[in-house]
Amino acid sequence: MPFSTTKSAYLAGCRASAPFLLVVAPFALLFGVVATETGLDVLQVMAFTSVVVAGAAQFTALQLMNDHAPAIIILVSALAVNLRMAMYSASLTPHLGSAPMWQRALVAYMLFDQNFATALSRYEMERDMPMQQRVAYYFGASTPLLPVWIAFTFIGTVIGRGIPPEFALDFALPITFIAIIGPAVRTPAHLAAALVSVTLGLALAGLPYNFGLLIAAVAALAAGAEVERRLYPGGLP
Amino acid sequence: MSYSDATIWGLIIALGICTFLIRFSFLGLIGDRKLPDWVLRHLRYTPVAVIPGLIAPLVVWPDATGGTPDPARMAAAAVTAIAGYLTRNVFLSILSGMVTLYVGLALVGG
Repeated sequence: MPFSTTKSAYLAGCRASAPFLLVVAPFALLFGVVATETGLDVLQVMAFTSVVVAGAAQFTALQLMNDHAPAIIILVSALAVNLRMAMYSASLTPHLGSAPMWQRALVAYMLFDQNFATALSRYEMERDMPMQQRVAYYFGASTPLLPVWIAFTFIGTVIGRGIPPEFALDFALPITFIAIIGPAVRTPAHLAAALVSVTLGLALAGLPYNFGLLIAAVAALAAGAEVERRLYPGGLP
Repeated sequence: MSYSDATIWGLIIALGICTFLIRFSFLGLIGDRKLPDWVLRHLRYTPVAVIPGLIAPLVVWPDATGGTPDPARMAAAAVTAIAGYLTRNVFLSILSGMVTLYVGLALVGG
């Protein structure tokens, strides 16, 4: 249903992304714990989490620090994990590209996997949403996540080693991501892209610097687009 | 860990700036110029093209078990995916995945 006001769009965004708190919070907590165990001090952990704001890349960097990798390898690998966000940025551009520059800069700063997926699926359902409501919906979808991300990282640094491994918090990341993707697989084209991505992601996992993921992603994009072109010559239903 | 404070701060700042530039790339540079259809057709698949490839190795070779495949984690991943596909509800799928994980870990040991 279309939103009547900018405020209702904002609130709908908050509601749509609120369930992600259940996974963003433990994930942030885990980052705080692991980063502290790796040997970063509280100030470094908090700067890291609020400047980079990208869980998967942050964990990649920590993992490589534990392996004593050279700094340049850490930088390149973490950025490779983040390259998917260039694609997110490109996906949002048709919907948010005409917003004012400062709003686009803020959108970019807080571009997570979760608020991206939430916002994009809404934009695709409702193609004639006015620009102000799109921006409001996006900021709504980001509002619950960012402060909780930062706050729970801090709690994680305080708790430190206190969390027993039996809680298997490591698996909150895969579970969240799978839960985002399941509902996004709407057509055979989406399914083809997901299957190519999984297959190549596994087959090329041994390649250094996350190159495997980049190759898998590009091949999967091509697969999805090709299946769409063949099955839906007139565009998606 | 064997890094100087300067190296760590350099890494944090460089990662922060580069990550922002990646996120800002298209939003900042292209603005509201119209993208061609073939670009849009590819971009539609970005989440389903990147995320499965990112998580598949984490599911099959979890760090927490030192890379040994773990039936509890695989079952949890499968249940999450099926629940997500069938219910289209993110919260329900996360819940069913975590429940499967804890039940599985209790049964087979983590």
